[in-house]
Amino acid sequence: MASTCLTLLLPTVSLSVAGSHTVDQLPIGVLALQGDFREHLAVLELLGETAIAVKTAQQLEHIAGLIIPGGESSVIDKLSRLYGLYDPIREAIAGGLPVYGTCAGLIMLADTVLDSIDGQRSFGGLDVVVRRNAFGSQTDSFETDIHVPELGDVPVHAIFIRAPVVESVGASARAIATLDDGRIVAVEQGNLLGTSFHPEITGDTRFHEYFVSRVRAKP
Amino acid sequence: MSENTSSNESGTSRVKRGLAEMLKGGVIMDVVNAEQAKIAEDAGAVAVMALERVPADIRSQGGVARMSDPDLIDGIIDAVSIPVMAKARIGHFVEAQVLQALKVDYIDESEVLSPADYVNHIDKWNFDVPFVCGATNLGEALRRITEGAAMIRSKGEAGTGDVSEATKHIRTIKGQINELRSKSADELYVAAKELQAPYELVREIAETGKLPVVLFTAGGVATPADAALMMQLGADGVFVGSGIFKSGNPAQRAAAIVKATTFFDDPSVIAAASRGLGEAMVGINVSDLAAPHRLSERGW
Repeated sequence: MASTCLTLLLPTVSLSVAGSHTVDQLPIGVLALQGDFREHLAVLELLGETAIAVKTAQQLEHIAGLIIPGGESSVIDKLSRLYGLYDPIREAIAGGLPVYGTCAGLIMLADTVLDSIDGQRSFGGLDVVVRRNAFGSQTDSFETDIHVPELGDVPVHAIFIRAPVVESVGASARAIATLDDGRIVAVEQGNLLGTSFHPEITGDTRFHEYFVSRVRAKP
Repeated sequence: MSENTSSNESGTSRVKRGLAEMLKGGVIMDVVNAEQAKIAEDAGAVAVMALERVPADIRSQGGVARMSDPDLIDGIIDAVSIPVMAKARIGHFVEAQVLQALKVDYIDESEVLSPADYVNHIDKWNFDVPFVCGATNLGEALRRITEGAAMIRSKGEAGTGDVSEATKHIRTIKGQINELRSKSADELYVAAKELQAPYELVREIAETGKLPVVLFTAGGVATPADAALMMQLGADGVFVGSGIFKSGNPAQRAAAIVKATTFFDDPSVIAAASRGLGEAMVGINVSDLAAPHRLSERGW
């Protein structure tokens, strides 16, 4: 958190001084069809990144990484197909674009989705099986602390809202966080990262920093 | 449900308000049965509102409007995977207890139903399920948030297909927030008195320039352009009541309103979405309604 306090003092537009990167670097996109995309944009700006709301296929060509926000996965899927984003996002994922999905975003990144609505599709990329609404209705939504070794010893405070869980992880993907009962709630695979919960609404920026470092490390 | 460990907390403000955050940019549709719920889900609704009669029918048929039949709500919950909301009467905390027991995802303490208490609203902090409440101005919104509402919708005038009241209410709320922003610290005490809202909350709004919860708009939205108007006026999302299932082609109109809500700032998309939708719901001009028949005046 200390590093983010420094960037807070800087105007969000001054990307050339806010971080170690330079002005010619591409911004990070947040898919802005539906859901809490503004919260992700705010976290990225807090980290000194230039962030853009992505609504068209053309915008996809000018970003260094993409975040798929929380929302309703059935709606994000439908709108992505209606507006010609579905195939371009699949191609970008296949081409190695770093992508981070939270909640509905994790569902969109999963190769296999259980309890989806008729005809619902995901972009895929993560070799995992994800179940929608795995905890039940809204009264079963909760917040808790989880341990994420990649982010250090301080636990991550995680908010689960009608959240999915990763039921199984294939050979290519890796679980990076579980609940006390062993259920997997965060996974990564190459340039892809997915969490069942919503770091964008807690004020803890470590997952976003982890993703941004991945984006900026990419040649 | 499964064994969440003792450190897990449910029903917190962040969890309740968080679901509304995930609904942003979306359309929540009134449905009266499982078949309509399925049509709404397939058209891209982010949630459905289960009720016995849509507001236009409550208006034309009259009588006391109450919480829906539990069997009907169960049927809708079984039919869809998106969140299901349901309405309780203003002040009727037992209807709310029943809806929580039925495991609805959100309760709307709604002026569309007949009020059960003309003095008190429900103490919404007593529930794990989140509440959305209507408001016509900032003071009303802040009173509802003080009582525990996790989401606000501007009221509009439900069941009319006349969007003018919705416009008035969202503009009023946004305008009053802007006024607070321009006040100096010592003026906020009087502002709180005039808004009839707690000082701490008023000061928070003056600093942040926004409500601490998501603000949707409702009441009279009937066309894709109506929905986009609400979004351009600063709503986080839209409720559509009678406008869909009282129209000629509900599935197509529902999908068109979803499109216009996402691309609210792109007139060419709104134009395309507005084509070939058939008959819109028959409207009633709010100015033709005698004051006692205006639902937005319920709640205080």
